[in-house]
Amino acid sequence: MDTPVIEKKDKEKKVDYKVIGTRPIRHDGVDKVTGRAVYGADFKLQGLLFGKVLRSPHAHARIKSIDTSAAEKLPGVKAVICGTDFPAADNKLEATGEGVVNFSYLSRNIIAQDKVLYHGHAVAAVAAINIHVAEEALALIKVEYEVLAPLLDVREAMKDANILLPEIRTNELGASKGDKPSNVAEHLQHKRGDVEQGFAAAAFVVEREFVTGTVHQGYIEPQNATALWNADNYLSVWTTTQAAFDERRELSEILKKPISEIRVTPLEIGGGFGGKLNVYLEPLAAMLSKKAGHKPVKMWMSRDEVLKATGPTSASYIKVKMGADKNGKLTAMQTFMAFEAGAFPGSPVGAAAGVIFAPYNCENVLIDGYDVLVNKPKAQAYRAPGGTNAAFASEVVVDELAAKFGMDPLKFRYINGVQEGDRRADGPTYARIGFLETVQAAMMHNHYNSPLPAPRAPHLKVGRGVASGFWFNWGGKSSATASVNPDGTVNFVEGSTDIGGSRTGLAMQLAEVLGIRAEDVKPVVVGTDQVGYNDATGGSRTTFGSGWAAYKLGQSIQAQMKERAALLWECKPEDVTVEGNTYIQLREEKSITFKELCEKLDDTGGPMTASSSVDTTQFGAAFATHIADVEVDTETGKVQILRYTATQDVGKAIHPSYVEGQIQGGVAQGAGWALHEEYVYSKEGLLLNASLLDYRMFTALDLPMIEAVIVEVPNPGHPFGVRGVGEVPIVPPAGAIANAIHNAIGKRVDVLPMNPRNVLTALGTI
Amino acid sequence: MATIWVPSLLRALTGGVAEVNVPGATVREVIDALEVSYPGLKDRLVQEDKGMTRLKPNIALVVDGVNSRQGLRHPLSETSEVHFVPALSGGAFAVLDSRL
Repeated sequence: MDTPVIEKKDKEKKVDYKVIGTRPIRHDGVDKVTGRAVYGADFKLQGLLFGKVLRSPHAHARIKSIDTSAAEKLPGVKAVICGTDFPAADNKLEATGEGVVNFSYLSRNIIAQDKVLYHGHAVAAVAAINIHVAEEALALIKVEYEVLAPLLDVREAMKDANILLPEIRTNELGASKGDKPSNVAEHLQHKRGDVEQGFAAAAFVVEREFVTGTVHQGYIEPQNATALWNADNYLSVWTTTQAAFDERRELSEILKKPISEIRVTPLEIGGGFGGKLNVYLEPLAAMLSKKAGHKPVKMWMSRDEVLKATGPTSASYIKVKMGADKNGKLTAMQTFMAFEAGAFPGSPVGAAAGVIFAPYNCENVLIDGYDVLVNKPKAQAYRAPGGTNAAFASEVVVDELAAKFGMDPLKFRYINGVQEGDRRADGPTYARIGFLETVQAAMMHNHYNSPLPAPRAPHLKVGRGVASGFWFNWGGKSSATASVNPDGTVNFVEGSTDIGGSRTGLAMQLAEVLGIRAEDVKPVVVGTDQVGYNDATGGSRTTFGSGWAAYKLGQSIQAQMKERAALLWECKPEDVTVEGNTYIQLREEKSITFKELCEKLDDTGGPMTASSSVDTTQFGAAFATHIADVEVDTETGKVQILRYTATQDVGKAIHPSYVEGQIQGGVAQGAGWALHEEYVYSKEGLLLNASLLDYRMFTALDLPMIEAVIVEVPNPGHPFGVRGVGEVPIVPPAGAIANAIHNAIGKRVDVLPMNPRNVLTALGTI
Repeated sequence: MATIWVPSLLRALTGGVAEVNVPGATVREVIDALEVSYPGLKDRLVQEDKGMTRLKPNIALVVDGVNSRQGLRHPLSETSEVHFVPALSGGAFAVLDSRL
């Protein structure tokens, strides 16, 4: 195959960094591997009470009454709360770091008011002297329900035969569509050109429908929170969160309490993937603490509670239609996407609408997206929210379209791929992006140029598939401070929860500016009253956005160090230049290293600190292209991944090991979503597989080594060229695996998960 | 004059027109100018909040390909391209950065 070669632009020529691109040992490594790192489960205060939540046994029911009197009388019980203990939160949309939030919905999701809207919805909570008394007390709370019919399917809910929330009207960009209640909370649309004309001009048109199931982020550490509502009215919360500052805001709105009276401290986090951006237990623990006489209250969820009551990501129904002319160039792209929001508005259908056709250049585009209420937990973000659903649908159609032309599927993607200056489906143009480079890297890779292994038996079929994906990434706001020590080290205080090694990734950027070793920067993640505002660790923003803060911090320290050197040499600061870690005064041939200068801090003005706050915008979009080889057992329907390669434009890999880890982790989650994971509900709306035994996630034993291929097309919006890397790797796997399955068995499986039942159904054997 | 891309769901107010050139040194001035030609458009894009006029929280502003943090204050040039992009919650960070 002819492989196109992309010339690098002059400004993208290689830069020789000293720290960036190396692989230092992570600063928190020893604490993590020795168990000394403090997670929520480890956190303790004197006089702790323990809280538990009573959850709804129904998917949809009206609460007729709650009687907590017997629970309150149980010895050892210190407080009992239910929805009426909370003030009514404002029914208004607000942009927070997580996204657009309606605080009334958020509050009613934390604890039910008049209706329970999903199996596991919190109804009441208890604080007691120990967990056993708390659990005993839960059993004494009497709740009378009027059970209602549940809505569990997005297309069924769109018919509006039953209404979940009577106040909901379909919103269409700032206006209600009609005045009748609807389960469709939002309709969005992107439209360019004329798709009818585009399809008329096509030599081939492919149209398919897809269904994807509800899946959970699957973080290992369950939600937990410890709260102390002190007698002085100051509320302290220690919790596992990706977004301490957003949680402070949410607590403020839910509890009607000023943010100046709330402190949220993020403890170490055992995974989040978007699922720990919002409060769940925190307001309950806070209210219990207040009601128990200002005693600290600790709460944590069981796995059963995590799966039932925290946000999974949306199930969806997607229809895609794409056409291409006789040269294989796309002429029209159209989709209808309906995403389950769960019990309250806010599915990721907006992001999905941005992802679905993002890799492809086409003048005629029509995207309709619908945000639909069902009796399931409120959907929350999950790693490139909506992207996996969307790309599963579009990448299968692209694959089929390429086959219509007898064209190599990567070549089809290449000739239709977007590059700088091309328009997104929603209108704006792309800045410098590296999609074509990822396709090229896949084309040139040994994996793509190696033959498939021979089938091991007649009933085992092997196949190869490819798929591409996009994620917006994000910048957001970050703050950090630093103090310079006399021994040449720098204390670095930041507020971004460290999920994927960001302490070290940020420390490396600061070290690069100062010309010192990454090990000489001492990072620490602190709470909301110890550092300036930071947006969430999410949206693939931390290495970019907080990296900007680290970069500016380095510049500030460097400028101060030049002043100190000038004092020593009795010259002007502008006479001092910096090369790496050395400050130089050329005229008198004087030089001093950063460390030597640190030793003279006391002689040149005393302590040195710096702070930086940034509000970043020019985050570079991320693209990826994946190759999957699979073996399909046509007797059992089981799919085994044989080989997997992921190419990804990462801008500049600050710590390549962490980048590779993000890519491998994203693929592993995407592969589990593709083949195994799915919420299974009874017809009454009860979750039947609320354990990790029955909700089957991939383990290391299920997967081959995932080869991560780092492609570096620097983002011009960052001093080191960084792009976010954490989310896009979960976007292509379902599409790549689906195309590989088709290549193996000659049948399309248009349902996620592509588990044995759905594979055998596609084969027509069941 | 700056080019304004009208969101498809608002094109009923512009008679189906998708791109409009209107005068204005800021996004605020451009929206005011749009309202003169297409009554009702402003009400779909902005809201009053705590005594201030600002973009609605479910609309993101993109100017010349970059998500704006300046909202209605964002300065525009003769060649600026302005997009109002719908934003939903659920972790869709990148399309949410609209303020004031």
